[in-house]
Amino acid sequence: MAKRSIIPFGPQHPVLPEPVHLDLVLEDETVVGVIPSIGYIHRGLEKLVDKRDYKQYTYVAERICGICSCGHGLGYCLAVEQIMNIEVPDRAKYLRTIWVEMSRVHSHLLWLGLLADAMGFESLHMESWRLREKILDMFDETTGGRIIHSVNQVGGVQKDMDSAMLNNILHAIDDIERQMKPIVKTFLHDYTVQSRLKGVGVLSKDDAIAQGAVGPMLRASGVEYDARLLGYGAYKDLTVEPIISKDGDSYGRCEVRMKELFQSFDLIREAIGKIPQGDISVPVKGNPDGEYFVRIEQPRGEAIYYVKGSGKKYLDRFRLRTPTTSNIPPMVEMLKGCQLADVPLLILTIDPCVSCTER
Amino acid sequence: MGKVSKSPWLLHYDASSCNGCDIEVLDCLTPKYDIERFGIINTGDPFQADIFLITGGVNSQTESVVKQIYSQMPEPKVVVAVGICACTGGVFKECYNIKGGIDTVIPVDVYVPGCAARPEAIIDGVVKALKVLDAKQAALEAKGR
Amino acid sequence: MDDYKSEIRKISMSEFFPAIVHMKTDKWRLVQICATTTEGGYEMSYSFCRGYDMVTLRLEPKEDEEVASITQIYPCAYIQENEAAELFGVKIGRIKPDYQDRLYRIDQTAPFKDKE
Repeated sequence: MAKRSIIPFGPQHPVLPEPVHLDLVLEDETVVGVIPSIGYIHRGLEKLVDKRDYKQYTYVAERICGICSCGHGLGYCLAVEQIMNIEVPDRAKYLRTIWVEMSRVHSHLLWLGLLADAMGFESLHMESWRLREKILDMFDETTGGRIIHSVNQVGGVQKDMDSAMLNNILHAIDDIERQMKPIVKTFLHDYTVQSRLKGVGVLSKDDAIAQGAVGPMLRASGVEYDARLLGYGAYKDLTVEPIISKDGDSYGRCEVRMKELFQSFDLIREAIGKIPQGDISVPVKGNPDGEYFVRIEQPRGEAIYYVKGSGKKYLDRFRLRTPTTSNIPPMVEMLKGCQLADVPLLILTIDPCVSCTER
Repeated sequence: MGKVSKSPWLLHYDASSCNGCDIEVLDCLTPKYDIERFGIINTGDPFQADIFLITGGVNSQTESVVKQIYSQMPEPKVVVAVGICACTGGVFKECYNIKGGIDTVIPVDVYVPGCAARPEAIIDGVVKALKVLDAKQAALEAKGR
Repeated sequence: MDDYKSEIRKISMSEFFPAIVHMKTDKWRLVQICATTTEGGYEMSYSFCRGYDMVTLRLEPKEDEEVASITQIYPCAYIQENEAAELFGVKIGRIKPDYQDRLYRIDQTAPFKDKE
């Protein structure tokens, strides 16, 4: 038997913008075991419910993570609204959906860029991020912020979009879709990209379910599950079809995210076509009393928000189970048996979001 | 020795940020903002870095990492705190696991406010840091190095 | 959102392990484990999904009562069980692997235990 050695990976590593630490147990070049340890960005945000009242906490929830910010605000507000029996106006539901889908576009383009960077494909990385700027410009125009938008509030949204803004969004996504074509071709059909992705890091359907994978990771292993079908926001009026891939390898995960981008373009178009006129928020009185679990589909997978209140201004408990928390055990499973040189790329294919995970 | 500020290398570390500022730092390197036109390159190696960009407040886990990276960087070096969390602790200030801004651990030369700090602000901060870098280099040379 | 099941089911300590085994054989997947401090104890919520339905099993251990780890049945539970043990001080026996309160490596012991 070959000699075992342990190689520390991280916390500061060029391929990841965020610190995460893994101890890789190797036999020669092959990974046989992985011990993840987290905690570098742990801030204790769930504990802040003791110091911020339930309306102020929306802003904290949005700052759990800078990439999934819009979704975190939405998930938190949905949970509080469910407890307090607030019916949000239809226009607000559509606006929320448009913003959340836009953040999915921005998140997936960001991931594609990082994936290209991990493969050492610099021009593809730059090209993906260049396209992502167009979505950020639209966020800037509609919400006033590029990354943190602060549009959700308990009872609706804070800002409305006029028809000029909606038109600009349509133009922006048409533009991105047109310019995406060469990128799609490279990611899905290029020989060099395929040789890095195909058959690498395979996660079988049974493993994906047993290890609790979520989101594109689960769908890439052939499981049809997309929390958007639960019908929160405006999704119950829109056509959502879970996008799956059969092989469960890195290429499958790339393919799923690529197709989800185009799905998001279609959803944004459909939502803008159907958006009703009306109010964007309802007044909120009283304090939440009760508990509720909300599931929403974030770009990285299903996130679960739990809110418990007891009729006071300050909540008893807020809990967020992020997609990456669920995706770490399958990642550990998937890394076993791979080559050391593939480790950075494979970690990236789960689209890790460490600041969400550690909160 | 020529001026380091003609082509300084940049090292980025996320102390405990929400990711927002980190993404904007990376954004600065991509085509729209393109910080490379100032000769700046992002490096992963502290031994080759001149500018240390930090995002997020410091917690007890990252404190030693930040100190270690800072001590590994060669003189002259400048530290840029990006985002309101790195300046003062920001929204996370009252969290039990946050010590406060970066200046509670290492000396900071330039503060860039914002939540999340905009790329324009980050570039402004880095350009300002170049002047500090020049001044530090001049001071070192005056001491005969 | 009301089209799909989302219920919270209270269970006692003696029913706990059989209930978890039953969930596993019934092909529910574990989605979430959450600890909450209550007066003199904790609330442990174990959420499971099958298709789009969700069921949460609610266990209410006392402060010094030991809860058995479910990692033998659901191996992926280890991160969230370690988290509950470290942040809330819930006594969870035989987690595999047990990080011994070193998952987050925070200075305080069980910071979430007491309300402020």
